[in-house]
Parts: sequence; C-alpha cells; structure tokens
Amino acid sequence: MIEFQLDTGSGVATYLQLVQQVHQALQLGLLEPGDQLPTAQQVVAKLAINPNTVLKAYRDLEREGLVRPRPGQGTFITRSLPRTDPAAQTRFLGSMTDWLRSARAAGLGPDEIEAIYRTAFRSCFAEGVA
Amino acid sequence: MSFVIEASGLGKQYGRRWALRDCALAIPAGRVVGLVGPNGAGKTTLLHLAVGLLAPTSGSIRVLGASPADGPAQLGRVGFVAQDTPVYTRLSVARHLRMGAWLNPGWDREIAESRIEQLGLDPRQRAGTLSGGQRAQLALTLAIAKRPECLILDEPVASLDPLARRDFLSSLMEIVAAQGLSVVLTSHLVADLERVCDYLVVLVASKVQVAGEVSELLSSHHRLSGARRDASSLPANQEVIEESHTDRQSTFLVRTSDPVHDPAWTVRPVTLDDLVIAYMSRPANPERTHRPQLKVTS
Repeated sequence: MIEFQLDTGSGVATYLQLVQQVHQALQLGLLEPGDQLPTAQQVVAKLAINPNTVLKAYRDLEREGLVRPRPGQGTFITRSLPRTDPAAQTRFLGSMTDWLRSARAAGLGPDEIEAIYRTAFRSCFAEGVA
Repeated sequence: MSFVIEASGLGKQYGRRWALRDCALAIPAGRVVGLVGPNGAGKTTLLHLAVGLLAPTSGSIRVLGASPADGPAQLGRVGFVAQDTPVYTRLSVARHLRMGAWLNPGWDREIAESRIEQLGLDPRQRAGTLSGGQRAQLALTLAIAKRPECLILDEPVASLDPLARRDFLSSLMEIVAAQGLSVVLTSHLVADLERVCDYLVVLVASKVQVAGEVSELLSSHHRLSGARRDASSLPANQEVIEESHTDRQSTFLVRTSDPVHDPAWTVRPVTLDDLVIAYMSRPANPERTHRPQLKVTS
C-alpha cells in the first residue's frame, strides 16, 4: 500500500498530485498489478481532503486503464507502467542543456530563459493541465 | 438539481440595521461548500436563518427543499455546529451523548459512542475541561450522531491550533466519505477550504460575488501581467476581476473559460486565496455594465 503526500505550495491540483503519485509509484515499481490503493476514507483521514478529490483521481486512473474498482473491496492496480527509458532522459537532458547554453550565449538572462521555457511548456501542455 | 440552501430576497434586520439584505443563493446538495467573506458580510446570520435559529425579516430560505423551521422532522435533517463549537461545560461527555439521544429521534448511538472511543475521550470527563480540539470534536459528534442530511458549521476551526484543526477536518472528511452528506462551512482559512471544499461561495455585503466548483473556478481564472494596457483592450470573453497598474506594467486577474494565448502576457494560475481576495476586494456592484476605471495602485 502506498501513502499519498500533498504539496500544498505546488499549485498542482490535489487530484492531479494523487494521479501523479500513482504514476510515479508504478514507474518506480512500488506498485504492481494486483496491489490495492488506499480507500477514499483512508486517504481523507490522513490528508484532510475532500473525498470527491480522491474519487476523481481514481476515476482518472481508471479511465487510463491503470486501476479497477472492485465493489466492496477497493481499488486495485490492473496494469504496470513502463519504466522511463534512461537513454531518452539522457538524450533530452543533453538537448535541453545545449538549448540553454545557446540562449545564454545569445545574451538572455536566467529569468528571460525561464519565462520562455514556461510559455513554451504551457502552450505545449495547455490542454492537459488547464 | 437539488439544493442544500436556496435563498431569494433574504434579509434579516436588527433594529435599523440589516445584517443580511436581499441575499440570493442556490447551493447544490452533496457538496462540501466553503462560505467565505469579510466579517460582517452576513455569513453567521445566513447560517442561523438556515437552521431556523432566526426567522427572516424579508424574503425566503429553503434548506433541503423545506422551510428551516418546518417542525421536528426538518430539524432532524440538519446538523449544526455553532461558532466556537459550544458545549455544556458542566456536563460530562457521556451526559452530552445521553442528552443527544433524548433530544433526537434519529440518534445513532453506535456512531456517537464509537467516535468518542476513537477520539480517546473519557466519557466521565466534564466538557468544560476538554481542550479546544476535543470540544470541537464533541460538538461534531453530537451534530452527526443525529444522522443529518446536511451539516452546517460556523467557523468550526477558527480557534483551534494547527494540529487540532487538521484532526477536525480529517474527521469531517471521513464522515463525508462514509455518510455522503452535504456540508456547508464558513472559514477565513482559505488553505483549509482549498483542501476540503469542492464548492465555494464568496459572500460580500449580502451579495454572492462568485459561486462554483472549486476546480472550475481555479481553471477559469488567470493572472495576466505584461506591458501596461487598458482593461478595455482585453477580449470580451475575459472578465476583469481585479486589475492593478504601474506606469509601465499591468496585472489583471481575469475570468475566462477559454485559454489565454496572447504572447504579450505572462499567464499565471491563481490560487484559491488570490481568487477569494480578488472577489472580496471587488466593488459590490454586480450591475456594472462597462469596464472599471483604471486605477493606479503604485
């Protein structure tokens, strides 16, 4: 069983934090098919959050095909997630670093670079995070 | 849709002063509703009208579809925890439960006793010697053991320390998860409301400034900042809630259901705190037809 944490300062919606933590646990192998997620009641008792938030997160996970509720028993993991490919991570880290270096060489300061990154990131994920 | 509280033209007058005037509200049932607003906005008066402790001077209010003072059956449907979670200081915990059982036909003894045990309260202890957090938990126990369909709480955590506050809200959320009742609570602690509420109502000077699903409110409000420009230059689908300007820069808090793509803006999400403060400091004039005047704040 995993235990959810809440980062209240992150600006990320609470239900999304729960979804992301399940994703991460799957990617790290902390959760495997057959494992049970904590019940909504257990989560709200620990985090003092609205039960609908937990149910919303679990519905999202169900829609992704990662979990399935079993009536009267709880919510169970049905599928594992592939672990992130370390080679891909290294590759993108490399190209990101190259991009940052060239931006800096063009005379942009850290704040400008961050603003550009944020704008690009937002337009790229605009539909996903809202 | 069924509503937990519906009001129209609702007013309450004390002498010559109106504590609440011309209030219109429609709060859907089945939610955990946070009611926020400045002191004196009429929140407590509204809640007292909702539970039948006060009768309206004008207008009407319906709770779960019925009039609040509609007899014992209606009283049994609504649980109420008043400000500062009052209990009878000289009575023991056990006597509070006996009194609850005596006064409420639908009293659920098992819920009451198991909660007291779970909280680790000594049934023989006098309520006056309980800590603030324990007293609040006792008041909550009394309110839910009558198995209400709706629970109304007036500033339940205002006087509690952070730990007791968290414990109280955890208990409340556990009850919501287990019993699926509607909850309406007032609080100035927006961070708490952000955790526990899925619906928010901002009440300023008797008027509902904004009401809606918390997730919908957060995703439809944005803070835009960029080079100075006039509010009238913003697209018509962006309602300006708050604006401030320096000689060079403008910052707006806007409400829009569409994404903001204008590259001239730096767009930031808003927190519930930002949103509440923006609506609380907004001039209470909903009939406004044209854009507000520019004001230079610094």
